[in-house]
Amino acid sequence: MSSTDRQLLDVRGLTVRFPTSDGVVQAVSDVSFTLSRGETLGVVGESGSGKSVSNLAIMGLLNRKRALISGEVLFKGRDLLTMSPDALRHIRGKEIAMVFQDPFACLHPMYRVGTQIAEAVTAHESVGKDRAWARAVELLDHVGIPNATSRARDYPHQFSGGMRQRAMIAMALVHNPDILICDEPTTALDVTVQAQILELIEEVKREFDIGVILVTHDLGVVAETANSVMVMYAGRIMEYGPANEIFDRPQHPYAWGLLDSMPSIERRLATLVPIEGSPPSLLAPPSGCPFHPRCPHRFEPCPVERPPLVAPAEDAHPDACHLPWEKKKELGASRGRRHAA
Amino acid sequence: MSRRLDGGEEAKVPASPAPELQHSTNGTVDNLVELEHLTKHFAVKQGVFARGKAQVHAVEDVSLTVRRGETLGIVGESGCGKSTTARLTLRLLDPTSGTIRFDGRDISKLSQRQLRPLRREMQMIFQDPYASLNPRKTVGQIIGGPFAIHGVKGARIRVQELLETVGLNPEHYNRYPHEFSGGQRQRIGVARALALSPKLIVCDEPVSALDVSIQAQVLNLLRTLQRDFNLTYVFISHDLSVIRQIADRIAVMYLGRVVEIGDSESIYEHPKHPYTAALLSAVPRATTGRRERIVLTGDVPSPIAPPSACVFHPRCPRFHEGHCDVETPELREVGTAHAVACHYPLERWPMSEAEIRQAEGAERTAEKPHLEGAAHDV
Repeated sequence: MSSTDRQLLDVRGLTVRFPTSDGVVQAVSDVSFTLSRGETLGVVGESGSGKSVSNLAIMGLLNRKRALISGEVLFKGRDLLTMSPDALRHIRGKEIAMVFQDPFACLHPMYRVGTQIAEAVTAHESVGKDRAWARAVELLDHVGIPNATSRARDYPHQFSGGMRQRAMIAMALVHNPDILICDEPTTALDVTVQAQILELIEEVKREFDIGVILVTHDLGVVAETANSVMVMYAGRIMEYGPANEIFDRPQHPYAWGLLDSMPSIERRLATLVPIEGSPPSLLAPPSGCPFHPRCPHRFEPCPVERPPLVAPAEDAHPDACHLPWEKKKELGASRGRRHAA
Repeated sequence: MSRRLDGGEEAKVPASPAPELQHSTNGTVDNLVELEHLTKHFAVKQGVFARGKAQVHAVEDVSLTVRRGETLGIVGESGCGKSTTARLTLRLLDPTSGTIRFDGRDISKLSQRQLRPLRREMQMIFQDPYASLNPRKTVGQIIGGPFAIHGVKGARIRVQELLETVGLNPEHYNRYPHEFSGGQRQRIGVARALALSPKLIVCDEPVSALDVSIQAQVLNLLRTLQRDFNLTYVFISHDLSVIRQIADRIAVMYLGRVVEIGDSESIYEHPKHPYTAALLSAVPRATTGRRERIVLTGDVPSPIAPPSACVFHPRCPRFHEGHCDVETPELREVGTAHAVACHYPLERWPMSEAEIRQAEGAERTAEKPHLEGAAHDV
């Protein structure tokens, strides 16, 4: 989406399968995207859409004995999927860092917060304990922990949820990473604290000129923070494009469904339009377009042929849907009218 | 405790409602629930040897009413006392002080035995559809539980009707909860709450664990059921969009207190309390384009030692020293059907953060640093 020298990540055809006793779970299928410096890529989808698994695969955090991973994950030109575990260890946590959903589960309850961040420093750098501690304090201060010098000596239970998430972000920033992957970073937090954390992530992105992947189920969070958006369903990308286009002119019936089923804080809607049915099992995903059993606009080719992720017109962004472009524009427009009414 | 109606640990109780109920509605027909100065403190042990005993001020002096047939939404962040208020309303917890009136009758002092006949009039839907259904019981047993407890005959047919009402297949009577998806489980929870045709249903974050497309299904269902069965809801959520969609009136809670209450439209379009405004502005919206946002600093203080006077004052952009931290603001009417507990309510909305800081009372504080019962005309 921007010039190649700013490009950090180029994922091509990432596919993740988990063989289980019940069959093969097709968690992620043929996912391709890019990430550049200064970009926030929002990955949205409902539970089980493969948004977290694809990021775990990128981080090399899936057990390769249990998960069958194929495709390419090119990080600054090098394929992370074929890298040795040792080589990967130098990148993970250093050049690509991750912030998880639950800050309560991510910090060790028996160690001081400062100690845990200092440990992250010494994991990739040979510095003395004092230097590492000083860096931890500096980072805590940087992410907005008041009285960082004394709070670094606190244990995680003495921190509030928001402060713990700040500490996690501090830990992720230890080695000035190029990519920060945030997996539902604010889902466990209250909305006023969420606003603080989202602001912090945005600041960090600008200051360090990094790329951010923000995984969330909350379309509002994505709309406010992301530059580009990837809508996932049943392990596949349904729609991928600039954030303003996805929210102003969504093209895929699934994206329409998601947006229409959301209650609005702006006004009370006469009725919400839910997506009928429930998400498919990934053990046996539907044939053709995975969304076709729930899609109100399905027609003949949908159950038969899988639509490729391509831009249907020059002024459109890629989507995976068989509907002709004219029809999509028409349906999208009528949807917009109904929404404005 | 009759906390778990499906637990089957209840003794059988005669089905007829308490006789007092029939002639108790005189005067206050409009309000199904009235809470007056309701307070709940929990004792917590402090220190390694549990020497000191502290009190968590979970709910502090809450007064509100729920009108028959309406949905009262309670919003607030975690720990603001919204769930405790709901549980007190149903007498699942005993209040420290204050009165709970249900259908015109004071139930705050009733014994569990006296409460039992009333239980069929008030039900609850829980947040987590995975934790609130007994995995060892079939759907038929779960939804039929209330009938068994209250000795109602013909349960099987009623259960199948209920399954149909909430949009599930009646033939799934003999299935177990694990065979259902999250949204379907929540429908089972709804069916169980509906079983005894209650007057009041307390919904405690009923859609928070669901995906957005499923959430819409359940919200629509709740609204249809309300219309069809003339139900009254107390709907608790931290999600302001969900509350806007479902609630007629809204109570905003912060640290155990109601800081603002009023008609939904009025609260969303003209919030008066700085906390409500901050909450509204913090909600991320699925539309592009930037908005001014009031970012509150710091975290919610501990309810063990809540701040003095107005509990919001340490985080408030309109804080006035010597007033907000000294004098507790009472809930006052600001316009029709809208009340706020703030010394310096917002004049209009939206407002930028800078404007909010410059409260009209700023000069006022300078003029009269000691503000005694200062009048605030809005």
